[in-house]
Amino acid sequence: MLSIYMQLLTAIFVSAAASLLGVFAILKRMSLVGDALSHVALPGIALALVFHANPTLGALLFLFAAVIGIWLLEFKSALSVDTIVGIFFTASLALGSLLISDLELLEALLGDINSLTEADVWLSVILSSAIIAALWIIHKKLALHMVSPEMAHSIGIQSKKIELAYLFLFALGVALGIKFVGALLMGALIIIPAAAAKNIARSLTGFMALSIVAGIFSSVLGVYFSNLYQLSPGPIFILSGTAIFVLSLFWRSLFKSY
Amino acid sequence: MGHSEPILKVSNLNVSLGSQKVVEDLDLEVEEGKAVAVIGPNGAGKTTLFRALLGMIPYQGIVQWRPKVRIGYVPQRMEIETDVPLTVREFLQLRQTKNFTEEKAREALKSVLLEEKLLDSGLGEISVGQRQRILIAWALLGKPEVLLFDEPTADIDISGQESIYQLVHHLQDRFHLTIILISHDLNVVYRYAEQVLCLNHRKICFGPPQEVLSPEQMQKLYGGHHTFFHHLESHQHH
Repeated sequence: MLSIYMQLLTAIFVSAAASLLGVFAILKRMSLVGDALSHVALPGIALALVFHANPTLGALLFLFAAVIGIWLLEFKSALSVDTIVGIFFTASLALGSLLISDLELLEALLGDINSLTEADVWLSVILSSAIIAALWIIHKKLALHMVSPEMAHSIGIQSKKIELAYLFLFALGVALGIKFVGALLMGALIIIPAAAAKNIARSLTGFMALSIVAGIFSSVLGVYFSNLYQLSPGPIFILSGTAIFVLSLFWRSLFKSY
Repeated sequence: MGHSEPILKVSNLNVSLGSQKVVEDLDLEVEEGKAVAVIGPNGAGKTTLFRALLGMIPYQGIVQWRPKVRIGYVPQRMEIETDVPLTVREFLQLRQTKNFTEEKAREALKSVLLEEKLLDSGLGEISVGQRQRILIAWALLGKPEVLLFDEPTADIDISGQESIYQLVHHLQDRFHLTIILISHDLNVVYRYAEQVLCLNHRKICFGPPQEVLSPEQMQKLYGGHHTFFHHLESHQHH
């Protein structure tokens, strides 16, 4: 079993990366797509288990494939991405559930931070830091592309590339978070902190900073209470995140006049 | 001046969106320093033309800008949520202009006649008219030689719109800009444009507004839209 400090280390880095990803998902208004996308990991995990491969790798492969699918759809199809993603990604959740045994299904759906090895912890820390660094490097282009693709294009930002880069980072973030909160709740790990931060922040810098703070705070609570009461950390994370979101709504109604 | 190379030369431009031809066989030349208005009914391909000129969408034919020309683009509107956490200052910073300083941010706002304190406001909470000016300031940060200006329509009140044209006109003089503007208002075309392109998928007319905007042309362009005749007659009487 992993010590609480190692759990915290994983939780802090993974949730920081996830909540920063969430900032741009919210700017792009793709919260639902992000949530559904995390479900695609499930059949990947299932197949990896069937073939005795690393489940995270299986999840990652499926996520990358889904991300390329979304990316192509955005530029090619006249159909709403939301609709297609909503249908196919939920179908993949159903498919994944059929392929996995009950016990493993529960772990894949809700996560189990205890099942991480020490090597997993360090890999999570390194990859989360890489996601944060990459997002920081492209955050101006990304924000502009998400706020106004036209203005971004007019100064030569290659929208398709920046979009794909973001979606890959998103997929990587989801794959990392699945051990922590599971495929079912991963979308929430990304979206909730950013949604709460948006209620309070007035600037992009504040938005990013607050989202990371809310994400880390919720994840620390998740790990702490799960150890205290022998519960799964994922649901506690989501519930603390939701509590922060509700508080942020009060803040918004008091201090944001629009 | 008339003998100099045009800053923009368009030949045989065709743009399709899906199976629909939106711009057909368009030829156009724009000379440096001129203000050209593009008019036409809704769905006539005006914004599509802009997007093709900017290389944002695929097209057939030739769009030839003078080499290395700097183009600024002011879109018709910016769809953003009112509570988007992004200040005006940050929005200007997103442009990643080289050597961008606080001083340049203030100057940018001054050049579009906005108060400096607006820098700290949220981009979503300022008025539509103010945001339009910010978009102009944003474009100006790139020190453009050409400004493509897609006219804001319904959401800006008449007086706000009027002052935006005065502003654009003033900027044209001050920075020697070539301006191509999409307009829905013939008053504006008469007052600010030196040349007008009437577009309804194809080029219906091109030339100085006083010469080409005849009632016959207008009928061809808009298909007997009486309000425009009114406009026109009141102008011709002046």
